Amino acid sequence: MAKMTLEELRKLRNSQKGEMERRDVEGKETHIIVGMGTCGIAAGAKDALDGFLDAIKANDLNDVVVKQTGCMGLCYSEPTVEVKVPGMPDIIYGNVNAAVAKEIVEKHIMHKQMVQDHIQDKPAGDIIK
Amino acid sequence: MAVKNYILVCGGTACESAKGDDIYKSLLKEAEAQGVADDVQIVKTGCFGFCEKGPIVKVLPEQAFYVEVVPEDAKEIIAETVIKGRIVERIQYQPEKGAKGEAFDIDNIEFYQKQYRIVLRNCGLIDPGKIDEYIARDGYAALEKCLFDMKPDDIINELKVSGLRGRGGAGFPTWMKWNFTKQVEADQKYIVCNADEGDPGAYMDRSTLEGDPHSVIEAMMIAGICVGADYGAIYIRAEYPLAIERLEVAMQQARDYGLLGKDILGSGFNFDLEVRLGAGAFVCGEETALLASLEGNRGMPIPKPPFPAVSGLFKEPTVINNVETYANIPAIINKGGEWFSKIGTEGSKGTKVFALTGKIKNSGLVEVPMGTTLREIVFDIGGGISSGKKFKAAQTGGPSGGMITEENLDLPIDFDSLTSIGSMMGSGGLIVMDEDDCIVDVAKFYLDFSVEESCGKCAPCRIGTKKLYEYLDKISKGKGELDDLQKMKDIGAAMKKAALCGLGQTAPNPILSSIDNFYEEYRQHIEDGKCAAGKCKDLVRYEIIADKCIGCTVCARKCPVNCIEGERKKPHIIDQDKCIKCGACYDGCKFDAIIVS
Repeated sequence: MAKMTLEELRKLRNSQKGEMERRDVEGKETHIIVGMGTCGIAAGAKDALDGFLDAIKANDLNDVVVKQTGCMGLCYSEPTVEVKVPGMPDIIYGNVNAAVAKEIVEKHIMHKQMVQDHIQDKPAGDIIK
Repeated sequence: MAVKNYILVCGGTACESAKGDDIYKSLLKEAEAQGVADDVQIVKTGCFGFCEKGPIVKVLPEQAFYVEVVPEDAKEIIAETVIKGRIVERIQYQPEKGAKGEAFDIDNIEFYQKQYRIVLRNCGLIDPGKIDEYIARDGYAALEKCLFDMKPDDIINELKVSGLRGRGGAGFPTWMKWNFTKQVEADQKYIVCNADEGDPGAYMDRSTLEGDPHSVIEAMMIAGICVGADYGAIYIRAEYPLAIERLEVAMQQARDYGLLGKDILGSGFNFDLEVRLGAGAFVCGEETALLASLEGNRGMPIPKPPFPAVSGLFKEPTVINNVETYANIPAIINKGGEWFSKIGTEGSKGTKVFALTGKIKNSGLVEVPMGTTLREIVFDIGGGISSGKKFKAAQTGGPSGGMITEENLDLPIDFDSLTSIGSMMGSGGLIVMDEDDCIVDVAKFYLDFSVEESCGKCAPCRIGTKKLYEYLDKISKGKGELDDLQKMKDIGAAMKKAALCGLGQTAPNPILSSIDNFYEEYRQHIEDGKCAAGKCKDLVRYEIIADKCIGCTVCARKCPVNCIEGERKKPHIIDQDKCIKCGACYDGCKFDAIIVS
């Protein structure tokens, strides 16, 4: 795109923020966010990512967005994944391999049943509100 | 009926032993008994850390955080929290008041957490490959402010109020650095980011760049506005391919949006950046060596002054800060220096990111307010020692730091307190050791590293590190003398005074900080010829206890040098002359018939 002006940058920020809020309020989409820093990838985040994509395809799910992010800092439980399902608390899962990914899709996302033994705590609150 | 509540029961092994499983079962039973089984879902989780107060039970969405829960609490949790939506105050965690500043207790922080994320505010939340996600989280809002609402002096003042000190190691006030460069008259000035993270066990900067590259880019632009520079370079290790890739992508996206380049946002301000790769020399993390390397010369430090702020890259005034320092700056500009100054201790404001590794249960990247104690980091956040053994020491600051002992576990960590106990903040590596680690062996590891990485320019470092290593090597072989300890202290003291750069001056720290605190361990190596931890190979003997050996031959087969002999079903014997002390027999024996002495 062309160079932005100050107004355009502000507009973009507001519309992006609005987008995020809308998602939180209306909550139609499910988000799967895979931690993909060097550490996560080394621990098998790519396998987990493939596991999610396969399971989503196999179950023919719409409205599920799979994204990547950086390191969440939970090195002992890499690969880590955050799952945001409308109407449920946001949950971080640790030690997610392809099999666990499949379980998360089939239980957590499709039946709103959290998966046992893999939930991790969010490391800190958010300073940006 | 849809599920309304979620109860998360900590299922870490420490809590398992503390009846996490029983709590889980009694919660299930109570939910059934009180007729809300369909309204609530009870889940066992991984370890939450905070094991000291375990077992922990969280109820969502109420955000109840119950500590030291017993199975008998299940009835009340279901009746009060699940059915009536009320917190059971009796078991709810009450935050302790600490020395970490007011902001730590403010509402938007989840109260039980010891971590506070400023540098890592976006890491693990946004897609680092998408500039729009950064912008949505107030990204480039600080740039706007600096371009249109603030004068360079206002920026300096904001940093001064914040109390931000450089996170690369020495802790020099950032505003002063910027102010020096700002005050110098020059046609060309530069902004440099030190991303040459080389301490063994440190990876804070890599994770920051991989998770939130725009925060560093934005901060460098702010530095450019402040001091009047239009060009910057990020010097990063070639060993960090993913961080480099994400930086390049981020820079390109910023250019496409016109946030890097000419006439940024129509303000008339120009700024561009390049990424420069380092070849992995530890010394290039020292700022003058880094600048030499950027110029295409061999990476060796030069004496200061002049400081880079006045005469840096190509002899022009240069602001050089490390990744973590920069990552703080957009948050400071957005939320104000005042806000930042409320976090941390008197002399050290804000937070520090540590890479917590070693014998720790929950290793990871943690960001805590300055003034947090080592005990909180190791035991509350890190979940304690992984082996279940006793904490022995923690090394901060890598090869430049010292070993912190148990008696200093409750010392609030900041720049000055660490220096006062002979260690230093360093860049943020934090390696935890337990009883199985030998202090002599660890010191030797760091000195070996320093010998390898010494650039050789000045004699105190080149010869000093080598001599120190030789003494340690002698001691680890049982050939040391008590006199050697004093000699090491003398050499260390001379290096501290005479070495050219920070690396040489701090290289003796691992020895100097451990010689007194672990005198007994050094003495044992020297006088008794013993290494209690069994790490110094020359002082270790593997022996087979004849009574316990059933002659299964596993050890003989595992031995890589064939030094174990014996007939099947009869006790075996290790030939001590041939033994290389690899420990393969010890690990392989299923009958505990092999002992280390």
